[in-house]
Amino acid sequence: MPFTHRHLLGLEHVSSDDLIHLLDTATSFQEISEREIKKVPTLRGKTVVGLFYEASTRTRTSFEIAAKRMSADFVSLSASTSSATKGETLLDTARNLAAMRPDAIILRHGSSGAPHFLAAHLDCAIVNAGDGAHEHPTQALLDLLTIRERKGRLAELTVAIVGDILHSRVARSNVFALRTLGARVRLVGPPTLLAPELRDWGEVTSDLEEGVRDADVIMMLRLQLERQGKNFFPTVDEYSRYFCLTERAVARAKSDVIIMHPGPINRGVEIASDVADGPYSVIMDQVTNGIAVRMAVLYLLINRSRAEAEGATDSAAPVPAAEVEAAPTRLRRKAG
Amino acid sequence: MDAQAVERALTRVAHEVLEHNKGTDGLVLVGIRSRGVYIAERLRNKIRAIEGVELPMGIMDITLYRDDLSRSKQRPEVKGTQIPFAVDDKRVVLVDDVLFTGRTIRAALDALMDFGRPLNVQLVVLVDRGHRELPIRADYVGKNLPTAVSESVHVRLQESDGCDEVVIARAEER
Repeated sequence: MPFTHRHLLGLEHVSSDDLIHLLDTATSFQEISEREIKKVPTLRGKTVVGLFYEASTRTRTSFEIAAKRMSADFVSLSASTSSATKGETLLDTARNLAAMRPDAIILRHGSSGAPHFLAAHLDCAIVNAGDGAHEHPTQALLDLLTIRERKGRLAELTVAIVGDILHSRVARSNVFALRTLGARVRLVGPPTLLAPELRDWGEVTSDLEEGVRDADVIMMLRLQLERQGKNFFPTVDEYSRYFCLTERAVARAKSDVIIMHPGPINRGVEIASDVADGPYSVIMDQVTNGIAVRMAVLYLLINRSRAEAEGATDSAAPVPAAEVEAAPTRLRRKAG
Repeated sequence: MDAQAVERALTRVAHEVLEHNKGTDGLVLVGIRSRGVYIAERLRNKIRAIEGVELPMGIMDITLYRDDLSRSKQRPEVKGTQIPFAVDDKRVVLVDDVLFTGRTIRAALDALMDFGRPLNVQLVVLVDRGHRELPIRADYVGKNLPTAVSESVHVRLQESDGCDEVVIARAEER
Protein backbone atom coordinates (compact mmCIF):
# COMPACT_ATOMS: atom_id res chain seq x y z
CA MET A 1 0.00 0.00 0.00
CA PRO A 2 1.58 3.28 -1.04
CA PHE A 3 1.58 6.04 1.54
CA THR A 4 -0.44 8.81 -0.09
CA HIS A 5 -0.87 11.36 2.68
CA ARG A 6 0.07 14.88 1.75
CA HIS A 7 0.20 16.13 5.35
CA LEU A 8 0.38 14.66 8.81
CA LEU A 9 -2.26 16.58 10.72
CA GLY A 10 -3.45 13.91 13.10
CA LEU A 11 -3.83 10.16 13.47
CA GLU A 12 -7.61 10.07 13.74
CA HIS A 13 -8.03 9.38 10.03
CA VAL A 14 -4.85 7.39 9.39
CA SER A 15 -5.52 3.76 8.50
CA SER A 16 -3.93 0.79 10.18
CA ASP A 17 -1.91 0.01 7.01
CA ASP A 18 -0.52 3.54 6.91
CA LEU A 19 0.33 3.48 10.63
CA ILE A 20 2.21 0.19 10.18
CA HIS A 21 3.97 1.58 7.11
CA LEU A 22 5.09 4.64 9.10
CA LEU A 23 6.33 2.46 11.96
CA ASP A 24 8.15 0.03 9.63
CA THR A 25 9.86 2.91 7.86
CA ALA A 26 10.86 4.41 11.22
CA THR A 27 12.24 1.04 12.35
CA SER A 28 14.46 0.88 9.27
CA PHE A 29 15.75 4.39 10.04
CA GLN A 30 16.78 3.63 13.64
CA GLU A 31 20.09 2.21 12.45
CA ILE A 32 21.13 5.54 10.89
CA SER A 33 21.38 7.18 14.31
CA GLU A 34 23.69 4.38 15.49
CA ARG A 35 26.22 5.04 12.75
CA GLU A 36 29.49 6.87 13.01
CA ILE A 37 28.26 9.22 10.27
CA LYS A 38 24.63 9.85 11.25
CA LYS A 39 23.44 11.16 7.93
CA VAL A 40 21.95 9.90 4.69
CA PRO A 41 21.63 12.08 1.56
CA THR A 42 17.96 11.29 0.94
CA LEU A 43 16.45 14.76 1.48
CA ARG A 44 19.38 16.75 0.15
CA GLY A 45 18.21 20.07 -1.24
CA LYS A 46 14.90 19.95 0.64
CA THR A 47 13.96 22.63 3.14
CA VAL A 48 12.00 22.11 6.33
CA VAL A 49 10.68 25.04 8.37
CA GLY A 50 9.80 24.62 12.02
CA LEU A 51 7.23 27.11 13.22
CA PHE A 52 6.75 26.92 16.97
CA TYR A 53 4.12 29.09 18.62
CA GLU A 54 4.49 27.20 21.88
CA ALA A 55 7.52 26.24 23.93
CA SER A 56 9.19 22.98 22.98
CA THR A 57 12.46 21.23 23.77
CA ARG A 58 12.10 17.64 22.66
CA THR A 59 9.83 17.98 19.65
CA ARG A 60 11.68 20.87 18.10
CA THR A 61 15.16 19.43 18.65
CA SER A 62 13.96 16.03 17.50
CA PHE A 63 12.50 17.40 14.26
CA GLU A 64 15.64 19.41 13.62
CA ILE A 65 17.94 16.43 14.18
CA ALA A 66 15.67 14.20 12.10
CA ALA A 67 15.67 16.67 9.19
CA LYS A 68 19.44 17.06 9.36
CA ARG A 69 20.09 13.31 9.50
CA MET A 70 18.12 13.06 6.25
CA SER A 71 20.27 15.94 4.84
CA ALA A 72 17.38 18.43 4.64
CA ASP A 73 18.02 22.04 5.59
CA PHE A 74 16.15 23.03 8.71
CA VAL A 75 15.11 26.54 9.67
CA SER A 76 13.23 27.11 12.85
CA LEU A 77 11.51 30.09 14.33
CA SER A 78 9.52 30.62 17.45
CA ALA A 79 6.64 33.00 17.90
CA SER A 80 8.38 34.98 20.63
CA THR A 81 11.15 36.10 18.27
CA SER A 82 9.07 36.36 15.07
CA SER A 83 6.79 38.95 13.55
CA ALA A 84 3.92 37.33 15.43
CA THR A 85 4.90 39.67 18.24
CA LYS A 86 4.23 42.52 15.83
CA GLY A 87 0.71 41.27 15.27
CA GLU A 88 1.18 39.24 12.09
CA THR A 89 -1.50 36.57 11.76
CA LEU A 90 -0.65 32.91 11.52
CA LEU A 91 -1.78 32.79 7.91
CA ASP A 92 0.31 35.79 6.90
CA THR A 93 3.38 34.39 8.62
CA ALA A 94 2.84 31.00 6.98
CA ARG A 95 2.21 32.51 3.54
CA ASN A 96 5.46 34.43 3.76
CA LEU A 97 7.32 31.30 4.77
CA ALA A 98 5.63 29.33 2.00
CA ALA A 99 6.78 31.96 -0.50
CA MET A 100 10.34 30.91 0.37
CA ARG A 101 9.46 27.48 -1.05
CA PRO A 102 10.00 25.08 1.82
CA ASP A 103 9.09 21.42 1.26
CA ALA A 104 7.49 21.03 4.68
CA ILE A 105 6.33 23.24 7.52
CA ILE A 106 6.24 21.81 11.00
CA LEU A 107 3.74 23.69 13.12
CA ARG A 108 3.14 23.78 16.82
CA HIS A 109 0.32 26.05 17.83
CA GLY A 110 -1.90 26.67 20.83
CA SER A 111 -5.12 26.53 18.79
CA SER A 112 -6.65 23.22 17.82
CA GLY A 113 -6.96 22.97 14.04
CA ALA A 114 -4.18 25.45 13.20
CA PRO A 115 -2.24 22.91 11.06
CA HIS A 116 -5.45 21.98 9.20
CA PHE A 117 -5.97 25.65 8.52
CA LEU A 118 -2.49 25.96 7.00
CA ALA A 119 -2.91 22.74 5.01
CA ALA A 120 -6.01 24.22 3.41
CA HIS A 121 -4.15 27.38 2.34
CA LEU A 122 -0.58 26.33 1.51
CA ASP A 123 0.99 24.01 -1.03
CA CYS A 124 3.77 22.42 1.01
CA ALA A 125 3.46 19.46 3.38
CA ILE A 126 2.26 20.38 6.87
CA VAL A 127 3.26 18.35 9.91
CA ASN A 128 1.36 18.89 13.12
CA ALA A 129 3.81 19.12 16.02
CA GLY A 130 1.00 19.66 18.52
CA ASP A 131 -2.11 21.80 18.10
CA GLY A 132 -3.87 22.97 21.24
CA ALA A 133 -5.67 20.11 22.96
CA HIS A 134 -6.25 18.31 19.65
CA GLU A 135 -3.46 16.04 18.35
CA HIS A 136 0.29 15.45 18.48
CA PRO A 137 0.73 12.72 15.90
CA THR A 138 4.51 12.28 15.90
CA GLN A 139 4.51 11.86 19.69
CA ALA A 140 1.93 9.08 19.42
CA LEU A 141 3.90 7.43 16.60
CA LEU A 142 7.06 7.36 18.69
CA ASP A 143 5.03 5.95 21.59
CA LEU A 144 3.69 3.22 19.30
CA LEU A 145 7.18 2.46 18.01
CA THR A 146 8.48 2.17 21.58
CA ILE A 147 5.62 -0.13 22.61
CA ARG A 148 6.02 -2.32 19.53
CA GLU A 149 9.77 -2.53 20.11
CA ARG A 150 9.28 -3.69 23.71
CA LYS A 151 6.17 -5.84 23.33
CA GLY A 152 6.54 -7.07 19.76
CA ARG A 153 2.97 -6.06 18.94
CA LEU A 154 0.24 -3.51 19.63
CA ALA A 155 -2.95 -5.50 19.17
CA GLU A 156 -4.59 -6.87 22.32
CA LEU A 157 -2.35 -4.87 24.67
CA THR A 158 -3.93 -3.04 27.59
CA VAL A 159 -2.71 0.54 27.66
CA ALA A 160 -3.60 2.75 30.64
CA ILE A 161 -3.35 6.46 29.90
CA VAL A 162 -3.21 8.40 33.14
CA GLY A 163 -3.61 12.06 33.94
CA ASP A 164 -4.89 15.20 32.33
CA ILE A 165 -6.73 13.47 29.48
CA LEU A 166 -8.94 16.48 28.79
CA HIS A 167 -6.10 18.80 27.79
CA SER A 168 -3.82 16.20 26.30
CA ARG A 169 -3.18 16.14 22.58
CA VAL A 170 -0.75 13.29 23.24
CA ALA A 171 -3.58 11.22 24.72
CA ARG A 172 -5.92 11.93 21.81
CA SER A 173 -3.42 10.94 19.12
CA ASN A 174 -2.48 7.83 21.08
CA VAL A 175 -6.07 6.80 21.66
CA PHE A 176 -6.92 7.12 17.96
CA ALA A 177 -3.89 5.13 16.80
CA LEU A 178 -4.00 2.50 19.55
CA ARG A 179 -7.67 1.80 18.82
CA THR A 180 -6.97 1.59 15.07
CA LEU A 181 -4.26 -0.97 15.78
CA GLY A 182 -6.41 -3.05 18.11
CA ALA A 183 -5.09 -2.17 21.57
CA ARG A 184 -7.38 -1.79 24.59
CA VAL A 185 -7.31 1.71 26.02
CA ARG A 186 -8.06 2.67 29.63
CA LEU A 187 -8.33 6.31 30.62
CA VAL A 188 -7.51 7.27 34.19
CA GLY A 189 -7.81 10.70 35.76
CA PRO A 190 -9.88 12.92 38.01
CA PRO A 191 -13.53 13.10 36.84
CA THR A 192 -13.13 16.78 35.91
CA LEU A 193 -10.32 15.90 33.48
CA LEU A 194 -12.29 13.05 31.89
CA ALA A 195 -14.90 14.53 29.57
CA PRO A 196 -18.06 12.38 29.26
CA GLU A 197 -17.48 11.79 25.54
CA LEU A 198 -14.21 10.02 26.35
CA ARG A 199 -16.28 7.01 27.39
CA ASP A 200 -16.53 6.18 23.70
CA TRP A 201 -12.76 5.72 23.59
CA GLY A 202 -12.33 3.01 26.19
CA GLU A 203 -12.76 2.15 29.85
CA VAL A 204 -12.76 5.19 32.09
CA THR A 205 -11.91 5.28 35.78
CA SER A 206 -10.79 7.73 38.43
CA ASP A 207 -9.09 5.12 40.59
CA LEU A 208 -5.39 4.94 39.70
CA GLU A 209 -4.71 1.47 41.14
CA GLU A 210 -7.83 0.11 39.44
CA GLY A 211 -6.89 1.80 36.17
CA VAL A 212 -3.39 0.34 35.92
CA ARG A 213 -4.38 -3.17 37.07
CA ASP A 214 -2.87 -5.77 34.71
CA ALA A 215 -1.83 -3.09 32.24
CA ASP A 216 0.90 -3.90 29.69
CA VAL A 217 1.69 -0.23 29.24
CA ILE A 218 1.18 2.77 31.53
CA MET A 219 1.32 6.04 29.68
CA MET A 220 1.60 9.00 32.02
CA LEU A 221 0.61 12.47 30.88
CA ARG A 222 2.06 15.72 32.04
CA LEU A 223 -0.28 17.76 34.18
CA GLN A 224 -0.62 20.77 31.89
CA LEU A 225 -0.40 23.45 34.51
CA GLU A 226 -0.44 26.16 31.82
CA ARG A 227 -3.83 24.98 30.54
CA GLN A 228 -5.55 24.72 33.95
CA GLY A 229 -7.42 27.98 33.47
CA LYS A 230 -10.47 26.88 35.44
CA ASN A 231 -10.51 24.84 38.59
CA PHE A 232 -10.37 21.21 37.54
CA PHE A 233 -9.04 20.02 40.90
CA PRO A 234 -8.50 21.78 44.22
CA THR A 235 -4.70 21.74 44.46
CA VAL A 236 -1.72 20.16 42.74
CA ASP A 237 -0.90 18.43 46.04
CA GLU A 238 -4.29 16.80 46.12
CA TYR A 239 -3.98 15.74 42.48
CA SER A 240 -0.64 14.10 43.11
CA ARG A 241 -1.94 12.31 46.22
CA TYR A 242 -4.49 10.48 44.04
CA PHE A 243 -2.82 10.29 40.63
CA CYS A 244 0.95 10.31 41.12
CA LEU A 245 2.31 7.04 39.73
CA THR A 246 4.23 5.39 42.57
CA GLU A 247 5.87 1.98 42.98
CA ARG A 248 2.75 0.88 44.84
CA ALA A 249 0.51 1.56 41.84
CA VAL A 250 3.01 0.07 39.38
CA ALA A 251 2.88 -3.19 41.39
CA ARG A 252 -0.77 -3.58 40.28
CA ALA A 253 0.20 -3.71 36.61
CA LYS A 254 1.68 -6.71 34.78
CA SER A 255 5.17 -7.65 35.93
CA ASP A 256 6.64 -6.70 32.52
CA VAL A 257 4.80 -3.37 32.36
CA ILE A 258 6.52 -0.46 30.65
CA ILE A 259 6.07 3.12 31.85
CA MET A 260 6.00 5.97 29.36
CA HIS A 261 5.87 9.74 29.62
CA PRO A 262 5.97 12.26 26.77
CA GLY A 263 7.93 14.78 28.85
CA PRO A 264 8.57 17.20 30.30
CA ILE A 265 8.11 15.43 33.62
CA ASN A 266 6.70 17.14 36.68
CA ARG A 267 8.61 14.96 39.14
CA GLY A 268 6.55 14.13 42.21
CA VAL A 269 3.38 15.57 40.65
CA GLU A 270 2.22 12.96 38.12
CA ILE A 271 5.10 10.51 38.44
CA ALA A 272 7.38 9.61 41.34
CA SER A 273 11.09 10.06 40.65
CA ASP A 274 11.93 6.43 41.41
CA VAL A 275 9.29 5.31 38.88
CA ALA A 276 10.43 7.74 36.18
CA ASP A 277 14.01 6.50 36.59
CA GLY A 278 13.04 2.88 37.32
CA PRO A 279 13.89 -0.23 35.30
CA TYR A 280 10.47 -0.40 33.60
CA SER A 281 10.69 3.20 32.45
CA VAL A 282 11.18 3.58 28.67
CA ILE A 283 11.05 7.37 28.72
CA MET A 284 14.51 7.79 27.21
CA ASP A 285 13.75 5.17 24.51
CA GLN A 286 10.78 7.30 23.56
CA VAL A 287 13.04 10.29 23.00
CA THR A 288 15.49 8.22 20.94
CA ASN A 289 12.68 6.75 18.84
CA GLY A 290 11.31 10.24 18.21
CA ILE A 291 14.18 10.88 15.80
CA ALA A 292 13.50 7.77 13.68
CA VAL A 293 9.76 8.48 13.62
CA ARG A 294 10.24 12.06 12.48
CA MET A 295 12.79 10.98 9.87
CA ALA A 296 10.16 8.56 8.55
CA VAL A 297 7.44 11.22 8.52
CA LEU A 298 9.62 13.72 6.66
CA TYR A 299 10.79 11.04 4.22
CA LEU A 300 7.29 9.83 3.42
CA LEU A 301 5.77 13.31 3.11
CA ILE A 302 8.56 15.12 1.28
CA ASN A 303 10.10 12.49 -0.94
CA ARG A 304 6.95 11.67 -2.78
CA SER A 305 7.39 10.19 -6.22
CA ARG A 306 5.81 11.79 -9.26
CA ALA A 307 3.03 9.27 -9.57
CA GLU A 308 2.15 9.68 -5.93
CA ALA A 309 2.25 13.46 -6.13
CA GLU A 310 -0.24 13.37 -8.98
CA GLY A 311 -2.66 10.93 -7.45
CA ALA A 312 -2.28 12.03 -3.84
CA THR A 313 -5.21 12.09 -1.53
CA ASP A 314 -5.42 14.90 0.91
CA SER A 315 -5.51 13.72 4.48
CA ALA A 316 -6.80 17.05 5.67
CA ALA A 317 -9.93 16.35 7.60
CA PRO A 318 -12.72 18.85 7.19
CA VAL A 319 -11.65 21.87 9.16
CA PRO A 320 -14.00 22.73 12.00
CA ALA A 321 -15.12 26.26 11.21
CA ALA A 322 -14.96 27.51 14.77
CA GLU A 323 -11.39 26.33 15.13
CA VAL A 324 -10.31 28.03 11.93
CA GLU A 325 -11.62 31.31 13.25
CA ALA A 326 -9.56 30.85 16.37
CA ALA A 327 -6.44 29.84 14.50
CA PRO A 328 -4.81 33.19 13.78
CA THR A 329 -2.82 34.15 16.80
CA ARG A 330 -4.48 36.67 18.97
CA LEU A 331 -1.48 38.56 20.12
CA ARG A 332 -1.36 42.05 21.42
CA ARG A 333 -0.57 44.44 18.67
CA LYS A 334 2.57 46.40 19.09
CA ALA A 335 3.89 49.12 16.89
CA GLY A 336 5.78 47.22 14.16
CA MET B 1 20.35 -19.31 -17.40
CA ASP B 2 18.83 -22.24 -15.55
CA ALA B 3 19.35 -23.38 -11.95
CA GLN B 4 22.44 -25.41 -12.79
CA ALA B 5 24.07 -22.54 -14.70
CA VAL B 6 23.42 -20.16 -11.79
CA GLU B 7 24.92 -22.68 -9.38
CA ARG B 8 28.04 -23.22 -11.51
CA ALA B 9 28.56 -19.50 -12.07
CA LEU B 10 28.39 -18.80 -8.32
CA THR B 11 30.80 -21.66 -7.55
CA ARG B 12 33.27 -20.21 -10.03
CA VAL B 13 32.83 -16.69 -8.63
CA ALA B 14 33.45 -17.97 -5.08
CA HIS B 15 36.74 -19.50 -6.24
CA GLU B 16 37.70 -16.35 -8.12
CA VAL B 17 37.06 -14.16 -5.06
CA LEU B 18 39.27 -16.45 -2.94
CA GLU B 19 41.96 -16.64 -5.60
CA HIS B 20 42.08 -12.92 -6.16
CA ASN B 21 42.22 -12.13 -2.45
CA LYS B 22 44.59 -15.03 -1.67
CA GLY B 23 42.23 -16.41 0.97
CA THR B 24 39.70 -14.85 3.32
CA ASP B 25 41.88 -12.40 5.26
CA GLY B 26 39.91 -9.21 6.00
CA LEU B 27 37.24 -10.28 3.53
CA VAL B 28 33.59 -9.32 4.19
CA LEU B 29 30.45 -9.69 2.07
CA VAL B 30 27.78 -7.01 1.66
CA GLY B 31 24.63 -7.96 -0.25
CA ILE B 32 22.47 -5.28 -1.82
CA ARG B 33 18.75 -5.73 -1.13
CA SER B 34 16.99 -7.75 -2.07
CA ARG B 35 18.40 -10.46 -4.38
CA GLY B 36 22.02 -9.42 -3.81
CA VAL B 37 21.52 -10.55 -0.21
CA TYR B 38 20.55 -14.08 -1.28
CA ILE B 39 23.48 -14.30 -3.70
CA ALA B 40 25.84 -13.08 -0.95
CA GLU B 41 24.48 -15.76 1.40
CA ARG B 42 25.14 -18.42 -1.21
CA LEU B 43 28.67 -17.15 -1.77
CA ARG B 44 29.26 -17.25 1.96
CA ASN B 45 28.11 -20.87 2.08
CA LYS B 46 30.34 -21.79 -0.85
CA ILE B 47 33.35 -20.07 0.69
CA ARG B 48 32.66 -21.87 3.98
CA ALA B 49 32.62 -25.17 2.09
CA ILE B 50 35.87 -24.36 0.30
CA GLU B 51 37.93 -22.68 3.02
CA GLY B 52 36.07 -23.60 6.20
CA VAL B 53 35.76 -19.91 7.10
CA GLU B 54 32.50 -18.06 7.82
CA LEU B 55 32.77 -14.56 6.34
CA PRO B 56 31.04 -11.65 8.07
CA MET B 57 28.07 -10.52 6.04
CA GLY B 58 26.15 -7.27 5.87
CA ILE B 59 22.92 -6.20 4.20
CA MET B 60 22.59 -2.89 2.42
CA ASP B 61 19.42 -1.04 1.49
CA ILE B 62 20.38 1.69 -0.97
CA THR B 63 16.92 3.30 -1.21
CA LEU B 64 18.01 6.34 0.80
CA TYR B 65 20.97 6.91 -1.55
CA ARG B 66 19.16 6.60 -4.87
CA ASP B 67 19.31 9.41 -7.41
CA ASP B 68 15.89 8.67 -8.89
CA LEU B 69 13.61 8.70 -5.84
CA SER B 70 11.47 11.57 -7.07
CA ARG B 71 11.49 10.26 -10.67
CA SER B 72 10.45 6.67 -10.16
CA LYS B 73 6.84 5.61 -10.43
CA GLN B 74 6.65 3.89 -7.10
CA ARG B 75 8.60 4.65 -3.99
CA PRO B 76 10.34 1.48 -2.90
CA GLU B 77 9.89 0.38 0.65
CA VAL B 78 12.89 1.00 2.89
CA LYS B 79 13.84 -2.19 4.65
CA GLY B 80 16.98 -1.00 6.38
CA THR B 81 20.71 -1.58 6.33
CA GLN B 82 22.46 -3.96 8.70
CA ILE B 83 26.24 -3.92 8.64
CA PRO B 84 27.17 -5.53 11.97
CA PHE B 85 30.93 -4.98 11.64
CA ALA B 86 33.35 -2.10 11.00
CA VAL B 87 34.22 -1.84 7.32
CA ASP B 88 37.44 0.10 8.02
CA ASP B 89 40.44 -1.54 6.33
CA LYS B 90 38.32 -4.48 5.18
CA ARG B 91 38.19 -5.94 1.67
CA VAL B 92 34.50 -5.43 0.98
CA VAL B 93 32.85 -7.64 -1.64
CA LEU B 94 29.63 -5.95 -2.78
CA VAL B 95 27.12 -8.39 -4.22
CA ASP B 96 24.15 -7.65 -6.51
CA ASP B 97 22.07 -9.61 -8.99
CA VAL B 98 22.17 -7.47 -12.16
CA LEU B 99 24.64 -4.79 -13.23
CA PHE B 100 22.92 -2.41 -15.66
CA THR B 101 23.33 1.38 -15.55
CA GLY B 102 25.69 1.29 -12.57
CA ARG B 103 23.54 3.71 -10.57
CA THR B 104 22.68 1.19 -7.88
CA ILE B 105 26.37 0.48 -7.36
CA ARG B 106 27.11 4.22 -7.23
CA ALA B 107 24.53 4.51 -4.45
CA ALA B 108 25.92 1.45 -2.66
CA LEU B 109 29.46 2.87 -2.78
CA ASP B 110 28.24 6.16 -1.29
CA ALA B 111 26.39 4.29 1.45
CA LEU B 112 29.41 2.10 2.16
CA MET B 113 31.71 5.12 2.53
CA ASP B 114 29.33 6.48 5.19
CA PHE B 115 30.15 3.38 7.26
CA GLY B 116 33.92 3.78 7.09
CA ARG B 117 36.99 3.47 4.89
CA PRO B 118 37.38 0.01 3.41
CA LEU B 119 40.80 -1.15 2.18
CA ASN B 120 39.14 -1.86 -1.15
CA VAL B 121 35.72 -2.60 -2.62
CA GLN B 122 35.10 -5.37 -5.14
CA LEU B 123 31.92 -6.09 -7.03
CA VAL B 124 30.22 -9.41 -7.70
CA VAL B 125 27.19 -9.57 -10.01
CA LEU B 126 25.32 -12.60 -11.24
CA VAL B 127 24.51 -10.92 -14.55
CA ASP B 128 26.17 -8.02 -16.39
CA ARG B 129 23.73 -6.82 -19.03
CA GLY B 130 25.71 -3.81 -20.27
CA HIS B 131 24.45 -0.24 -20.93
CA ARG B 132 26.44 1.47 -18.19
CA GLU B 133 25.66 5.14 -17.51
CA LEU B 134 28.52 5.56 -15.04
CA PRO B 135 32.18 4.48 -15.09
CA ILE B 136 31.61 1.33 -13.02
CA ARG B 137 32.59 -2.27 -13.74
CA ALA B 138 32.25 -5.61 -11.97
CA ASP B 139 35.27 -7.58 -10.73
CA TYR B 140 33.47 -10.93 -10.85
CA VAL B 141 30.64 -11.69 -13.27
CA GLY B 142 28.43 -14.79 -13.27
CA LYS B 143 27.39 -14.25 -16.87
CA ASN B 144 27.71 -11.47 -19.43
CA LEU B 145 24.32 -11.09 -21.04
CA PRO B 146 24.17 -8.80 -24.08
CA THR B 147 20.76 -7.08 -24.11
CA ALA B 148 18.94 -4.23 -25.75
CA VAL B 149 18.09 -1.28 -23.51
CA SER B 150 14.41 -1.91 -24.17
CA GLU B 151 14.63 -5.49 -22.86
CA SER B 152 14.48 -6.33 -19.19
CA VAL B 153 16.40 -9.00 -17.31
CA HIS B 154 14.62 -11.00 -14.62
CA VAL B 155 16.70 -12.81 -12.04
CA ARG B 156 14.64 -15.30 -10.07
CA LEU B 157 16.07 -16.99 -7.01
CA GLN B 158 14.82 -19.84 -4.87
CA GLU B 159 14.75 -17.63 -1.76
CA SER B 160 12.46 -14.99 -3.22
CA ASP B 161 10.84 -16.49 -6.31
CA GLY B 162 10.81 -20.25 -5.76
CA CYS B 163 13.20 -21.13 -8.60
CA ASP B 164 16.66 -20.24 -9.91
CA GLU B 165 16.72 -18.72 -13.38
CA VAL B 166 17.69 -15.68 -15.41
CA VAL B 167 15.47 -14.70 -18.32
CA ILE B 168 15.42 -11.83 -20.78
CA ALA B 169 12.02 -10.36 -21.41
CA ARG B 170 11.38 -8.53 -24.65
CA ALA B 171 10.23 -4.95 -24.72
CA GLU B 172 6.64 -5.81 -25.61
CA GLU B 173 6.34 -8.13 -22.62
CA ARG B 174 7.11 -5.39 -20.17
